[in-house]
Amino acid sequence: MTTPRSRAARRLTVLSSATLLLAACSGAGAASTSNNAADPAAQTAQAPDEVTPGGTLRFAVGSDQGCVDPAQVGSNDTIYSVRHLVDSLTDQDPETGEIVPWLAESWEVSDDASTYTFTLREGATFSDGAPVDAEAVKANLDRLTELGARGTLARGYLAGYEGTEAVDERTVTVSFDAPNAQFLQATSTHTLGLLSPESAAQTDDERCASVIGSGPFVLDSYTPNASITLDKRADYDWGSSLWQHEGAAYLDRLEFSVVPESGVRLGAVQSGEVDVIGNIASQDELALSGSDVQLLPRSNPGIPFGLYLNHEVPLLSDPAVRKAISHAINREEITGAVYTSFVLPATSSLSSTTPLYADQSPLLGHDPAVAEQVLQEAGFTQGADGIYERGGERAAFEILWFNNAATNAPTLELIQQQLAAVGIEVTLSEGQVADWGTRIAEGDYQANWGNLTRADADILRTSYSSEGANSYRLPASDLDQVLADQAAAADPAERADLAAQAQEGVVAGYHSVPVVELTTVLAAGPTVYGVAYDASSRVQLFDAWIGQ
Amino acid sequence: MARYIAVRLALAVGVLWAAYTVSFVILYLVPGDPVAAMASGGQEGTPVSAEELAALRAQYGFDDPLLVQYGARLWSALQGDFGASVQTGQSVTSAIAAALPNTAQLAGSAFALAVVGGIGLALLATFTQVRWLKQLLLGLPPLGVSLPTFWVGLVLVQWFSFQLGWLPALGEHGWRSLVLPAITLAFPIGAILAQVTASCLQEALAEPYIVTARATGITRRAIHLQHALRNAALPVLTIAGMVVGGLLAGSVVVETVFSRAGVGRLTVTSVGFQDLPVVQGIVVFAAAIFVIANLVVDLLLPLADPRVTVGKAST
Repeated sequence: MTTPRSRAARRLTVLSSATLLLAACSGAGAASTSNNAADPAAQTAQAPDEVTPGGTLRFAVGSDQGCVDPAQVGSNDTIYSVRHLVDSLTDQDPETGEIVPWLAESWEVSDDASTYTFTLREGATFSDGAPVDAEAVKANLDRLTELGARGTLARGYLAGYEGTEAVDERTVTVSFDAPNAQFLQATSTHTLGLLSPESAAQTDDERCASVIGSGPFVLDSYTPNASITLDKRADYDWGSSLWQHEGAAYLDRLEFSVVPESGVRLGAVQSGEVDVIGNIASQDELALSGSDVQLLPRSNPGIPFGLYLNHEVPLLSDPAVRKAISHAINREEITGAVYTSFVLPATSSLSSTTPLYADQSPLLGHDPAVAEQVLQEAGFTQGADGIYERGGERAAFEILWFNNAATNAPTLELIQQQLAAVGIEVTLSEGQVADWGTRIAEGDYQANWGNLTRADADILRTSYSSEGANSYRLPASDLDQVLADQAAAADPAERADLAAQAQEGVVAGYHSVPVVELTTVLAAGPTVYGVAYDASSRVQLFDAWIGQ
Repeated sequence: MARYIAVRLALAVGVLWAAYTVSFVILYLVPGDPVAAMASGGQEGTPVSAEELAALRAQYGFDDPLLVQYGARLWSALQGDFGASVQTGQSVTSAIAAALPNTAQLAGSAFALAVVGGIGLALLATFTQVRWLKQLLLGLPPLGVSLPTFWVGLVLVQWFSFQLGWLPALGEHGWRSLVLPAITLAFPIGAILAQVTASCLQEALAEPYIVTARATGITRRAIHLQHALRNAALPVLTIAGMVVGGLLAGSVVVETVFSRAGVGRLTVTSVGFQDLPVVQGIVVFAAAIFVIANLVVDLLLPLADPRVTVGKAST
């Protein structure tokens, strides 16, 4: 047994300490709001000094998306496994949001953020023996733009893609026809993880069944709806600069099983039949408290769960009405009543783990009196049934929602009550998850309930710029310029400032009403160590190991 | 006999065609769009433009007039090709073929358990002369029918896997992981068989010929097994053919609780993704199983009871 070299200077959000869990569970009010800041010191104090390498980590997830190509999957349950098959050009520090080296040891971004030149590290190979070189990067990016229906994430990341040039073996230049500042962060995601040129050349369907990457694990077998198993790559030595040790992964094997029933997942981790489970609901948290199972939470970066308003609906085009809705909603009451103790109320148009997040909580307070006052000032008067009206127009709208999270229905019922208390009537309309794309894109809704995970502030531009897809039908405004400027800003300080302005613009205009931050919660057995979250709140198991 | 078989076969083909057509009409006319579902990127996609969606619909042939789609798909289906899954790109036939062995194991063992357990319980209940035991045993089948399969499965998992640790709760690892799911699935089907068998046995035992048989001095056990059971076999066999369909439906629930990758789980996932080709493939497959099971029963009936003549037999 060897003690591996450790990059002591690295701070990584390693969330595998039982102490952390207990602190978060038993902590009252104020303490539980700081649960996202994991303290690495607590972790090292808890874990044994010596790492025990080897063994199999059994991980139970709730669903299977039917595909193992990282570029084609958007569901967390599947990303957990396929993330380990591929390396990315860069990685993103989950704490600072900083982009750091992985397969690329350095890079240069042109002043207008439209050209990116990466210098690749030496010695990395795909598991079929092909080198990770400039041609391989080009082959990957070129095929990603031709990806079929299942590749919507990649298409967003590569918007305006002009081409890739392999300058020499280790230098590669990617060009866009317009500024694309979010591309650098996109290179850190699983979606743009690199496949061997041979694998990249296969059809979308072939890659769904099997892919070859350069990652620390290699696909052993995939049975749809049942399991994905991965074996360690023994000669791996080109890990992300964020990881805690060098060389190959500690674990010999990762076994991801699909266990759709949440009660069975819970029992399986409690009885030790599996080591880690995903999709912890609030009732599961209660059942686990008091056991020796560790709960590992992290808020998802990106757009929080909230009400997204169609500005073409006459009532919702009135800023006063949107402001009244926001002030009517009691976010603390919702998180307390519906969610696990790890879930935070939204405090901006981005969630708090998103890089360049800026706190906007003063604008997002709960004040029913203000809500009613705003409505009255806008010319509304209370009708006989308590609902406000203006010139025959009732303050009433419909929220379209999809049953993709167990918390959606109770949250929306509470929101319905909170809005009714200030004289706004809400009807809830449940849609099919499968229709999400079209109904939102076509503007076939009044307000919708949803969220979007993305560890880059540019998600604001893709969501709110009136020059893009504009699903919320915003009119053109000064906000467009701020959103465009942050995307083009190559200077980090300048971009941070513009991103803060953009968040304030979205919140102050009440273009959406953020409510709660989606929080990923995993549960792990008492002897599982080193399970880490990446910047997008997805699992990284390179440093994970199982104690005796 | 040849004519009897020919008529049965023709009927079977008709049922399959009807299943195909009805499922086509229902699936392709309901609101919802498999291409949009595919492009929604799981939980978190970027909205796709209307032009891109239109191009994708064209690629999968979803933009053709319904009659053209129906004709083309039926023609392929006749050659055993039900198209490709919208979700995975895998051919529907191979997706079902891959899931089938798991479900066949589960359904086969559950059916065997249900027959042995159900008929055994009915025999015991009608044979015993201990009054309270008879009442108790006769009360079990209605209870078994009314318990939700889902609940039964969860209780078994909690107790035998998580508390006692005797049997695995998930996956497919040999016979050990088959025990609990098979018992769960056998529960409602065994209960139905027990109920039907018990009532038929009781009816048969009240017939005058039993009284006559008793008078000749045959033992009670011989009367029970040779005369009454033989008489009850006919309805029991018919019911057994029908519950085969119930096995498939039950596998949806049981495979979800026990995390087994079979046809039931494939159904749930495909419905969730609006994967129309797969769903339709499964509907036709399920209809085929039902048709075959009933065909087998129809052919067995004349053997079980010579009074059933081939001309008059019906399901």
